[in-house]
Amino acid sequence: MRVVGTVALLCTLAVPVRAVEIPPAERRSGYEFMSRETRAMQDDDAANPAMLWVLEGEALWARTAGAGERACRDCHGDARSSMKGVAARYPAFDATRGRPVNLEQRVNACRTERQKAPALAYQSRELLALTAYLGRQSRGLPIDIATDARMKPFLDAGRAAFNRRQGQLDLSCAQCHDDHWDKRLAGNAITQAHPNGYPLYRLEWQGLGSLQRRMRNCMAGIRALAPEYGSAEFVDLELFLAWRARGMKMETPAVRP
Amino acid sequence: MRGVLVGAAMCVAANAVAADSIPESLTGARGDPVRGRAIIVNRHLGLCLLCHSGPFEEQRFQGDLAPDLKGAGARLSEGQLRLRIVDNSRVNSATIMPAYYRTARLARVAPAYQGKTVLSSEQVEDVVAFLSTLRD
Repeated sequence: MRVVGTVALLCTLAVPVRAVEIPPAERRSGYEFMSRETRAMQDDDAANPAMLWVLEGEALWARTAGAGERACRDCHGDARSSMKGVAARYPAFDATRGRPVNLEQRVNACRTERQKAPALAYQSRELLALTAYLGRQSRGLPIDIATDARMKPFLDAGRAAFNRRQGQLDLSCAQCHDDHWDKRLAGNAITQAHPNGYPLYRLEWQGLGSLQRRMRNCMAGIRALAPEYGSAEFVDLELFLAWRARGMKMETPAVRP
Repeated sequence: MRGVLVGAAMCVAANAVAADSIPESLTGARGDPVRGRAIIVNRHLGLCLLCHSGPFEEQRFQGDLAPDLKGAGARLSEGQLRLRIVDNSRVNSATIMPAYYRTARLARVAPAYQGKTVLSSEQVEDVVAFLSTLRD
């Protein structure tokens, strides 16, 4: 009994210390941690492999889909003007659902409700292509999510998730990406984990991937159970990351090691 | 038997905070320093060099998140090393070092790792035995 009491007391003492958020002046995109060669790949559209998905997205934008026999373009017109800055505002509040949705969910809402077409699966080539094309229309623009009262509980939930220790290795996102972003994990820069380039081409993947795919990689690394793709919990975390990177310029489609 | 040993280790660690040490071997035997070195440099088993650097000249890409392991055996006693590997949060609640021999107080552990410690008691002793040799 005495031992149980001692263990319980230690548990309450072992609450993790809250990480300190990175001041705006010290925020650095993942781009700044990359080699000159990888930067050059992102900077040159002809060398950036992610541009293949952007081109495919452009074609999908104009292609009729579903029983509604409508293309994205039929309602939204030329994405180069109508979609300028849109991706930089996601996750955004969706009044129907009463919660924020990410860009993938917004595309799928349009597909199922307007086009009467089946939703696209996470990590499907089509959804990556469309979100890459949409993200491309915000390239160079600052991340600008809404942070009104409706968003606050979801932002708070995302912040709590970012700061929560998890997995067998018992690490929070913040312990690496707020507290040790200037260090190296084995040979690799840890970085600040900003979401300003997604979907992006990761050399390790040899393909394009979403922010949620990247977060799942991190969670696998700390041996944690990752939430399902598209789960509310993941969107809240995306929202917090976007808030944390507010004002940073979008690089979609970025290249990362 | 294994459950009893795990429970015993937890209690030893809990009561050893003031003493800053787990003086007794988790297995009752001495570890093997050769196996301990192999565990430390194995990036899927010990994971040590993801964060630490140390006197492992053949190993490229060592981490710089945590103290250099060089001289660890001179700085810390065997019991102190054991406590820090078993559960460094007993020494520093804000530590980023995983507890290598604790399954309690962990959240959202992936199914493949649930109820399992990062290292076995034998492996902890092997690592302790090797680190104790790093005296320079």
